[in-house]
Amino acid sequence: MGQAKTKINFDSDWSYNPAPQATDFIKLQERYGLYINGKFKPSENGRSFHTINPATEEKLAEVSEASEKDVNRAVRSAKEAYEKVWSKISPKERGKYVYRIARLIQERAREFAVIETMDGGKPIRESRDIDIPLAAAHFFYYAGWADKLDYAFPGRKTKPLGVAGQIIPWNFPLLMAAWKIAPAIATGNTVVLKPAETTPLTALKLAEVIQEADLPPGVVNIITGAGETGAHLVNHPKVNKIAFTGSTEVGKIIQKSLAGTGKSYTLELGGKAANIIFEDAAIDQAVEGIINGIFFNQGHVCCAGSRLFVQESIADELLRKLQDRMATLIVGDPLDKNSDIGAINSKDQLEKIKFYEKIGVKEGGSIYQPDCTLPKKGFWYPPTLFTDVSQSHRVVQEEIFGPVLAIQTFRTVDEVIQKANNTPYGLSGGVWTEKGSKYFKVTKAIRAGVIWANTFNKFDPASPFGGYKESGVGREGGISGLSAYVELV
Amino acid sequence: MTVAIKSGVRTVASILDNARSVDQIGAEERVSRLFKRSIKKESKMAALQMALSMIDLTTLEGKDSPGKVKQLCYKAAHLHDKFPGLPSVAAICVYPTMVAVAKNELKGTGIRTASVATGFPSGMTSQDVKLNEVRKVVSDGADEVDMVISRGHFLKGDYQYVYDEIAAVKEACGNTELKVILETGELQTLDKVRRASDIAMEAGADFIKTSTGKVKPAATPPVVLVMLEAIRDYYYRTGRKVGMKPAGGISTAKQAIQYLVMLRETLGKSWLTPDLYRIGASSLANDVLMQIMKQSTGVYQSINYFSID
Amino acid sequence: MAKRMDVRKTYKLYIGGKFPRTESGRYYKWNSTKDDEVVNICLGSRKDFRDAVVAARKAFDPWQSRSAYNRGQILYRIGEILEGRRDQFLAELTLQGVPKREATREMNAAIDRLIYYAGWADKYQQLFSSVNPVAQPYFNYSTPEATGVVSIVAPEESSMLGLVTAIAPVIVGGNSCVVLASHSKPLCSISFAEVLQTSDVPPGVVNILTGQRSELLEQFASHMDVNAVSYFGDDSGEIKTVEENASLNVKRVAILPEKDLQKSGAQGPYHILKTQEIKTTWHPMGV
Repeated sequence: MGQAKTKINFDSDWSYNPAPQATDFIKLQERYGLYINGKFKPSENGRSFHTINPATEEKLAEVSEASEKDVNRAVRSAKEAYEKVWSKISPKERGKYVYRIARLIQERAREFAVIETMDGGKPIRESRDIDIPLAAAHFFYYAGWADKLDYAFPGRKTKPLGVAGQIIPWNFPLLMAAWKIAPAIATGNTVVLKPAETTPLTALKLAEVIQEADLPPGVVNIITGAGETGAHLVNHPKVNKIAFTGSTEVGKIIQKSLAGTGKSYTLELGGKAANIIFEDAAIDQAVEGIINGIFFNQGHVCCAGSRLFVQESIADELLRKLQDRMATLIVGDPLDKNSDIGAINSKDQLEKIKFYEKIGVKEGGSIYQPDCTLPKKGFWYPPTLFTDVSQSHRVVQEEIFGPVLAIQTFRTVDEVIQKANNTPYGLSGGVWTEKGSKYFKVTKAIRAGVIWANTFNKFDPASPFGGYKESGVGREGGISGLSAYVELV
Repeated sequence: MTVAIKSGVRTVASILDNARSVDQIGAEERVSRLFKRSIKKESKMAALQMALSMIDLTTLEGKDSPGKVKQLCYKAAHLHDKFPGLPSVAAICVYPTMVAVAKNELKGTGIRTASVATGFPSGMTSQDVKLNEVRKVVSDGADEVDMVISRGHFLKGDYQYVYDEIAAVKEACGNTELKVILETGELQTLDKVRRASDIAMEAGADFIKTSTGKVKPAATPPVVLVMLEAIRDYYYRTGRKVGMKPAGGISTAKQAIQYLVMLRETLGKSWLTPDLYRIGASSLANDVLMQIMKQSTGVYQSINYFSID
Repeated sequence: MAKRMDVRKTYKLYIGGKFPRTESGRYYKWNSTKDDEVVNICLGSRKDFRDAVVAARKAFDPWQSRSAYNRGQILYRIGEILEGRRDQFLAELTLQGVPKREATREMNAAIDRLIYYAGWADKYQQLFSSVNPVAQPYFNYSTPEATGVVSIVAPEESSMLGLVTAIAPVIVGGNSCVVLASHSKPLCSISFAEVLQTSDVPPGVVNILTGQRSELLEQFASHMDVNAVSYFGDDSGEIKTVEENASLNVKRVAILPEKDLQKSGAQGPYHILKTQEIKTTWHPMGV
């Protein structure tokens, strides 16, 4: 008997019943106001937009659109809260408020997870087990720093900056809100935060939690809106600091518009990370790491391992294992506990992914997608591999922000390091080898802000995150994350 | 079921040259992800029934007697007569001296008789004694032999000895199926579990089995995952399907179902059968039965309503 | 109306997550300054201490293996539970002779100090670790690690704040400990043990004995399976005993003042460092 001719068949008579997460305890309002100065009020011109569930296209709620006047009002509240209240509270007591927010999120964890999934499309397993616990952990971590800032920077004391204007994306709505708000208020700043227009709901729930925590009015303001609202916030003269997470394209626009204003800023932008598998890797775990690297959160991840580099000697075997693993990925209802891949966040994003699929095929790449039945309503895309592509292909160069992996082979260490760095991005990277000295050497050579050795997509509030080059400037998490929000004196 | 595999067999040296490394944390994460699957309603009922049909109901005590074995055999064939249509277990597993008793009791039931052999559980006896024991249980009518590998030799690095011993036992088995117990609790690292799995399969194992059940830890999820992945790689390389048996430490239906999920998502459709997957357990059967009753009546059960032997 | 009889509390030791009486069966009478009520407090023995060290050693490895985040959450939880039971502690502090206003200040400080140290759990490592730029192609890093089992002679005068000041920096760093509580103010220590037990603190991480310094000091300082000893006080004779006995197995010794515990200098990351070892690791960097 020789090599098996038949691939393993993962479809069996024994299939999994739907295991839907209960949603009957979820209370969503029909309309939401803007959370300014401790109260919810509609926008002053009455404009609003609605947010839908991308898995079903059903409307979830009507959300206010903040106008320039609303933005001004929010910044004014933040400024007053900063000058009159927040800069005067003892750091120890400030920390206690932030601890309260952390504990409240933990208490209401399931509710947050379900709403996150409904609003954004990510599988409940991910929002429940990753997004929400990490969000609570960020508040918990930074709460602890509030009264310890004298130790954070050797030889220097710290002073908050004032009002921080923060704009966050739709891929990790609550988590990004936590990454922004927690360090800002723990270090004594006040905040005006604009969540993404397709995912406002968990930020608005967070506003409810902030009210429950009795945070003094104006310390955190949450205003919903789209690009225009964001622009007003960025350009407001009384905002002292801008924090933005989003695409490199918009990041550059923001950086340009801040020129000459003296405002400090941090930008966390796009990426096209190289995930490198050496022949001496623990191959089955590497396969899992590749899958997590690109299919976690439907690939809507700035640090996704979207460029796979596999050493040629193991390429065939690795590809076979990848395809076998992809056959067991379940694409479906995000509220089903068994779904591995949920809905694409919006129609726009789906169009963008399909656009790249067309380009990739036109450029001569070979496409592989496992058989999966996609639901009729909603925005869906199967996990996808592109082989026979190289550094010159657009699908290898440009950020697709979807579950699409571009695969290349390599032969030597020097070759793969060069190719990994051959990109304007520099957010993250992955290195898989069982040889310790090799991964120390290679991780040192890769020009990216976060490098995962023998793992991928791991996050922790104590671990700094941020990019080199066009992936952004500044770091979030750890002590480095404090620098963004203080002045050293 | 058993295949002569003289050609294409790798030498121990070449197995070692191509040795697979396993990252423990990565393996544990894969396990944790698999165990998050939520198996409900019809799929749960199907899994429970499947699990029943895969159990090797086991008694391996120094104090076993013909009376004890007879009672166990009856239970094996009459798991819970109140609930019609239940499958029976796959096999009974006993010590060599009880094979004839079991074989007699199980006549006409379709349940197989498996016997441990080769100085179970420690394996610390001479090769002559081991092979004689195997021949005796085969002639007494055992359908399956569960042997133990020589862990001392393995940990010492004498892989050729381990390989040769398994091959010799396989020969003594003739057409009787051979399960090779790796005693993974004594091997300790996942790298070693992988290596032992590869050696056992190359040497002719029809099934690879985790444990004797006499050493803690017995079957653990990362160990089972690694063994399943070894079986998959071996299948792709040779076309031969080797079976898997986790044994010891599986006492709840929930664990059994979790392992079935792991099996399905690693090896797929063709391994979801007692021909290629068994669970070595003693008290598991009743927990599965209680879950089946709960699924069909909606009411949580008590052990008082299920027979113990 | 008939007077209702109180159900009086029995004060026991706290060892291995349980509340045993002293194996010696001995007690000492403790008089409250307020009423004539007399309470029998366990007079802890060497054997109790021996048992406590066994429990602490067993608990050490699992405790230090927990994530720092988890330890921080547990310390925060102790604070939550203590806050909820402040009235009981205020009553005990009063019985122990502390004026009401001071007792309130002391309770607030004790709770806040727990929250303070909870916040350090996953941060002190970032202060005290380093990647060291050695002159050869090696990746070289230093990190703090818990030293092990710490015996603590807690402050005599300040029962509540003193206890928290002594224990929190030790356990937040991953150590387990055996504490000799204040002899003259023992009530809060055993009630605090109850708080620990209901706060998800694993059994054996903190063990609390009541007893005499004169009898137990030598044990606390000489036990060969204890890695560090912290002593609060300023008695030169006691200090000498501690330091001499510590030398038997080169214990790390911390002599700490038991006054001015309300001041900010009484807490901080350097207090955590006192029961930490620094480990440095080298690894080549090359393909």
